[in-house]
Amino acid sequence: MSDFSMDVGDDGVAIITWDTPGRSMNVMSLQGFADLEALVDRVIADDAICGAVITSGKPDSFAGGMDLKLIATLKERVGEIPAKGLFEGVMGIHAILRKIERAGMDPKTNRGGKPFAAALPGTALGIGLEIPLACHRIFAADVPKAKIGLPEIKVGLFPGAGGTTRLVRRLGAMAAAPLLLEGKLNDGKQAKAAGVIDEVVPPEELVERARAWVLSEPKIVKPWDEKGYKMPGGAPYHPAGFMTFVGASAMVNGRTQGVYPAAKALLSAVYEGAQVDFDTALRIECRWFVNVLMNPSSAAMIRSLFINKEALEKGANRPAAPDQKVSKLGVIGAGMMGAGIALVSARAGIDVVLLDQSQEAADRGKAHSAAYADTGIKRGKSTPEEKQVLLDRITATSDSKELRGCDLVIEAVFEDPGVKAEVTRQVEAVVGEACILATNTSTLPISELAKASTRPEQFIGIHFFSPVEKMLLVEIIKGHETGDQAVAKALDYVRQIRKTPIVVNDARFFYANRCIIPYLNEGIRMVTEGINPALVENAAKLVGMPLGPLQLTDETSIDLGVKIAKATRAAMGAGYDDACDDILFWLADEGRLGRKAKAGFYAYDECGKRQGLWTGLTEKYPLAAEQPALVEVQHRLLFVQVLEAVRALEEGVLADIREGDVGAILGWGFAPWSGGPFSWLDMLGPPYATERTSALAAAHGARFSPPDLLREMAAKGQSFYGRFAPAEAANG
Amino acid sequence: MRDAYIYDAVRSPRGRGRRDGALHEVTSARLSAQMLDAVKRRNGLEGHAVEDVIWGNATQVKEQGGCLARTAVLASDLDQSIPGLSINRFCASGMEAVNLAANQVRGGAGEAYIAGGVEMMSRVAMGSDGAAIAVDPSIAMETNFVPQGISADLIATLYGFTRDEADALAVESQRRASDAWDAGRFANSIVPVTDQNGLTLLDRDESIRPGTDMQALGALLPAFEQMGKTLPGFDKVAIMKYPHLEEIRHIHHAGNSSGIVDGAAAVLVGSKDFGVAQGLTPRARIRATAKIGTDPTIMLTGPVPVTEKILAEAGMAIGDIDLFEVNEAFAAVVLRFQQAFGVSPDKVNVNGGAIAMGHPLGATGAIIIGTLLDELERSDREVGLATLCVASGMGAATIIERV
Repeated sequence: MSDFSMDVGDDGVAIITWDTPGRSMNVMSLQGFADLEALVDRVIADDAICGAVITSGKPDSFAGGMDLKLIATLKERVGEIPAKGLFEGVMGIHAILRKIERAGMDPKTNRGGKPFAAALPGTALGIGLEIPLACHRIFAADVPKAKIGLPEIKVGLFPGAGGTTRLVRRLGAMAAAPLLLEGKLNDGKQAKAAGVIDEVVPPEELVERARAWVLSEPKIVKPWDEKGYKMPGGAPYHPAGFMTFVGASAMVNGRTQGVYPAAKALLSAVYEGAQVDFDTALRIECRWFVNVLMNPSSAAMIRSLFINKEALEKGANRPAAPDQKVSKLGVIGAGMMGAGIALVSARAGIDVVLLDQSQEAADRGKAHSAAYADTGIKRGKSTPEEKQVLLDRITATSDSKELRGCDLVIEAVFEDPGVKAEVTRQVEAVVGEACILATNTSTLPISELAKASTRPEQFIGIHFFSPVEKMLLVEIIKGHETGDQAVAKALDYVRQIRKTPIVVNDARFFYANRCIIPYLNEGIRMVTEGINPALVENAAKLVGMPLGPLQLTDETSIDLGVKIAKATRAAMGAGYDDACDDILFWLADEGRLGRKAKAGFYAYDECGKRQGLWTGLTEKYPLAAEQPALVEVQHRLLFVQVLEAVRALEEGVLADIREGDVGAILGWGFAPWSGGPFSWLDMLGPPYATERTSALAAAHGARFSPPDLLREMAAKGQSFYGRFAPAEAANG
Repeated sequence: MRDAYIYDAVRSPRGRGRRDGALHEVTSARLSAQMLDAVKRRNGLEGHAVEDVIWGNATQVKEQGGCLARTAVLASDLDQSIPGLSINRFCASGMEAVNLAANQVRGGAGEAYIAGGVEMMSRVAMGSDGAAIAVDPSIAMETNFVPQGISADLIATLYGFTRDEADALAVESQRRASDAWDAGRFANSIVPVTDQNGLTLLDRDESIRPGTDMQALGALLPAFEQMGKTLPGFDKVAIMKYPHLEEIRHIHHAGNSSGIVDGAAAVLVGSKDFGVAQGLTPRARIRATAKIGTDPTIMLTGPVPVTEKILAEAGMAIGDIDLFEVNEAFAAVVLRFQQAFGVSPDKVNVNGGAIAMGHPLGATGAIIIGTLLDELERSDREVGLATLCVASGMGAATIIERV
């Protein structure tokens, strides 16, 4: 069955409909391109056809993008030279889109040719916008939920099927920048305002309006195919363009801290392409695109942030069990976490009972949702009606009997085993037998908490990250006795609220906190060693961590650090490493509890705005005369996390390295350019990683000793994705 | 190897590099030609008296493009058998012209050269020739390119110079330049610029602000803070290269940075035989020349390593140098030089510098060699070193000694 079909009306207008079988949204494949090209050829050759409208058979969308398997296929096409296969393959795609754009016009006079209109019923992403950009006029249905744009940069790519070159020539570098460099998505109206598309029309008139335009004998030659074309805003060596381009490099460099190859390649394609004719510019775009595709960072980002993230969201590790969708959720504890959980759940259409000890406390938690909705209304993203629907779904109460009928209850009360046990007993007294009870603890072992339950197989950890509305990851923790149904319930719930789940086994700090705490501690420890705190913070950012360890400690608060330190010491006894205790306890004693106290590792002004590292740090811990090289600091900060991830895998806390990688990036922002800890280790190669961590261990302590698993893999010449990737991994 | 000598050095007064500057109406070729004619006239050069004219210029487009050196020769009274070579090492172009000439003479390729340069900054805007290092993302991002003002502030941050220190240096530059003019110390070198009817357009440096004090400078806002801190955010780019810095302190402004001016200068360089043949007396021997590349982000620290290099090559120590000319591109460049070598400010730029008198990019290197020589003669000292920082991370230096 073909992805594209064509219907020629009596008026001679061909309606080309894109309808990928078995998909809710169109996805472009190599076969799809071939099908499209055959139809384009017919439109151009057939005298009975006067032009074409390219639209979609899906009700709300034009296309979701490219099937990224296509890239793998192209890589393998020219045997030993993947770059050649990619270059030729992508140039082939350019040729098809260029054929639409030139539409049979005479190459010299620009006479003749047939108009192609794109009619977008809704969402059009990636190649789904690049094809329309090659057409002569773009119509979009006025659908507020539509997302139109080029989000490739978010998975470590850039628009490589002419989208970069066409958008820059259409809008100029300055106006195209947010669309290309940030992957900003717009609805139809915004896309028209931004100049990305030409017309927004009522959905029911979409195809007819496009058809009428085709019949109007429009001028179809693109500005860049006409003599005297000048790029809007100026090319790089035009006085105005010069400043734009100087600024763009600096801005992208500073923002990406130099670790994202796609942004650099994108800018280069724009800069070099702006100085030559259109066809040469496409070839330049293609060479940079291939350069990015060949970069291990991009491949790893695509694998983790696109393919594997989607696989996990679709339930890659879900036990076989009937649909466990949540219809009524109980949330106990209306503090910051509980209020956030209530909000994201109600937003997903789930009825929520938000329970706290007093009605006032419960109401305060519900008010969080109201405030959230108000912000949405102010920004034009929501309406008072939608706010009311949202609030109607949340019942704030202090009466635990209201939990009756809940099929999932999540407690987010104080981190105290006694308090939590009491809550467990209270809940189980009210809810039905099938109800699953979850705890949002971030520090207490699930299996211990499950002891308070009369049905531990229905007891599970669902660990949200703060702020709940923003953070994409949810860590699901299985206690020793947790059953499959509870896991399926948690996964189905996470899917309902549109977050990404990982499922891990119960062990101290689970997975995310287990890795992030050593990162914080390593940064703090370096300060005590007399390493320049600015170097510590900058080194973290220069290796792609969103926040330096000292800033992150301030954000999560020093007293939490103190609490974790005390608890860890109690749990580990003699094995406890107290290197960070002095500085943490000292800061806590000084009342420097972090951002909330407007004092921590950093100094803050009265409004809580960060002013710079607190000078008291280097007074107490004077700078060492000899400062380490940047890469030494970076390796300490990264390996201390990555080795913990390997240990989690070795100990069976992690069952799937895909979860290890996706969870690290979404959970605590682990250097996204790397694709995650395991992808990074594969990039380095286990032999080098073993050698380097052994050296770090010799210099800085046993926490850097390579785990046996890593040594073994180094000896056997294995890679993590070679050894541990599930067979069906690439089902994106 | 034979020696190269300086026989003469002239310069134009420097005009403000703006539409209301006194030299704005003069073309680059005409101003250049007036310098060449002055050298010819003052030294009685006839026919193919020099091998070539090597002419520095940092912005070789429009009227400064198309091998301006050759155009200037043809616009002058020099014989057409003298060709003309345009060169560009940004701010050190004028010095590099002299150094190239000296080394050609030393190597036996010709007996004499006129070397110098010109920059009409009011007519051909700085940077208007484009620069891939700034705009090409694959290079700008790789090298962590930032504009010079950010680099100067980076030097100040890294080496601990305060706004007050920079301003004090600027005040002193103004005072020294003003005093030097009043005492007639530039009289021997200045060639007044005239129009085609012989009317004088400018006979004195136009941009000096006598009486500049700390209070006046204190009122000026840092010039590079906004581009550094907010848009487009060059500070972050610089810190990527210098990650032990938390922030860049912005101390430079129009008052403690070099002025934008129009100007030109020429130096007559030749062998001993040339002097004998022409009946001219050499004023100084060019003892050593040097150039070097440095980190392009901090960009302007070149004077330090290039001075170390030239001293080593000349077999000299810093204490052997009697006087220094360190181009005042930005105050921090000079402060860093003095700090690195422990040199007393009393020996550096004793007649003021580019902060007071301006920095016509392609000419300055030749100007400061002439200024250094005049002062060595006036104060009866022997050895001088001139050096400049150079865009994209370079440095150049020349050591001269009186004969």
